[in-house]
Amino acid sequence: MKALILRDLRLAIRAGGGFGLGLAFFLIVIVLVPFGVGPEAAVLRRIAPGILWVAALLAALLSLDRIFALDHEDGSLPLLATAPLPLESVALAKAIAHWITTGLPLTLAAPGLGFLLNLSPAAYPWLFGGLALGTPALSLIGTFGAALTVGLRRGGLLLSLLVLPLYVPILIFGAEAARRGGDGLEATVPLVFLGGIALGTLALMPFAAALVLRINLR
Amino acid sequence: MSIWEYANPKKFVETTTPLLPWTFGLAGLCLVGGLIWGFFFTPDDYRQGATVKIIYLHVPSALMAINAWLMMLVASLIWLVRRHHVSALAARAAAPVGVTMTLVALVTGAIWGQPMWGTWWAWDPRLTSFLILFLFYLGYMALWEAIADPDTAADLTSVLCIVGSVFALLSRYAVNFWNQGLHQGASLSLDAEKNVADIFYYPLLACIAGFVLLFLALVLLRTRTEIRVRRIRALELRARRAEART
Repeated sequence: MKALILRDLRLAIRAGGGFGLGLAFFLIVIVLVPFGVGPEAAVLRRIAPGILWVAALLAALLSLDRIFALDHEDGSLPLLATAPLPLESVALAKAIAHWITTGLPLTLAAPGLGFLLNLSPAAYPWLFGGLALGTPALSLIGTFGAALTVGLRRGGLLLSLLVLPLYVPILIFGAEAARRGGDGLEATVPLVFLGGIALGTLALMPFAAALVLRINLR
Repeated sequence: MSIWEYANPKKFVETTTPLLPWTFGLAGLCLVGGLIWGFFFTPDDYRQGATVKIIYLHVPSALMAINAWLMMLVASLIWLVRRHHVSALAARAAAPVGVTMTLVALVTGAIWGQPMWGTWWAWDPRLTSFLILFLFYLGYMALWEAIADPDTAADLTSVLCIVGSVFALLSRYAVNFWNQGLHQGASLSLDAEKNVADIFYYPLLACIAGFVLLFLALVLLRTRTEIRVRRIRALELRARRAEART
C-alpha cells in the first residue's frame, strides 16, 4: 500500500500536472473573484470563506478523473485488482495519494490566498482546520466518483455532475466554520460535524469505491 | 407463491397488463375529482386568498418526489441482493417520473412563493434540499445513459443510489444547520395537533392518492417499456448472430 502511494506520488510529480496544476487553478479562481464582484474590501471579506471553499472544491474536482483513468488506459488497473493487496486498500491508497497531491497543498496555500481576499484574521485557524478535515473527505468521495466513471469515455463532465452534489454537506460545514470563526463566534460545532463526515467517508468510501471498481473491471 | 415470482419479466408484464388501465383510471379519477373539489368547492383562505389552492399540486408532488427516490433505493437494493432485472428496470423507470415530480414541486412552490413570500426563490433548507435532490436525480439518470452495458449500468447506478441517499439525508440536515427556514413546518402529520383545516384536508388526501396512483401507473408503464426495449435488443442481437453464422 505504501509502495502504491509512493508510486502515485512519484507519477504525479514527474509526469507533471500533479502538485502544480491544482494549486495554480486554485490561485486563478481566487484571483478572478475580485474581478467579478469588485475590489471593495468589505464585500470580499464577507464572501472570502465561501469563495476559498468553493475554489478548493473545484480544484480537488479537477484532478479526480486522473485517479484511475491513467491506470485504466495503460492497463495497470487490472493488475492492481489482481494483486494480493485488497481492492479496498488500493482505493484508500489512491485517495491518500490524491489528498497529498491536491488536498494538502490546497490546505497549506489557502491561508496565504486568504490575504488576497481580505479574509478576517480570526477566520484563519478555522479555515485551515476546516480544510484539513474536509479535503480528505473530498478525496475519498472523489475516489468513489472516479471509480464509478472509470470505464467511460468523456467521463469527466459526468464525474462532476455525480460528485459535486455529494460535496454539498462538506462545503456547508466547512464554509460555515470559517464564516463563524471570522465573525468571532464559536465554530467548533461545524468543525466537529466536518470531522464526523471525514471519518464516515474514511470508513465507508473505500468499500464503495472498490465495489464499483470490481463492477467496472468485470 | 411468493412476491419474487413477479421478478420474471414475462409474468410481470402479464400481471400488470390488466392492472394498468385500472391504475391509470383510478389515478385520473382521484386527480380530476380532487383537483375540481379543491379548486372550486373549497373557500379561499382568509390570508392567502386563492393561492392556497396550489397546495393540491405542491404537497402531493413533493411527497412523491421523495418517495420516488425511496422506491428507487429499495429497487436498487433488491437488484444488488437478488439480481432481478425487473427491479433494476423499475428503478430506472422511476427516475424520470421522480425528477418531474421534483420539478413540479419546485415550480409550484416558486409560483406560490412569489405572492406570499414576495420572492420566487429563497435559500431555505427545504427548498435547498429539494434542489439538491433534483441534482441527484440528474446525476443518476446521466449515469444510466452513459453506460452501454445494461448490467454494469444497473450495478453502478444502484450503488450510486445508495451512496446518494446517505448524502441526500446528510445534506437535508446540513442545510437545516446552515440557514433558518422560511418554509412552514409539517402540516399533514397524522399525530400533529395543528394540521390544515378539514375542508382543505380531504380534497388534499384525494390529490395525494391521485399522485400516488399516477406515479404507480407511470412507473409500471415505463418498466414494461424498458422490458420490451430490452427484449427487442436481445432479439435483434440473436437475429444478427444467426445472420453472421449463415
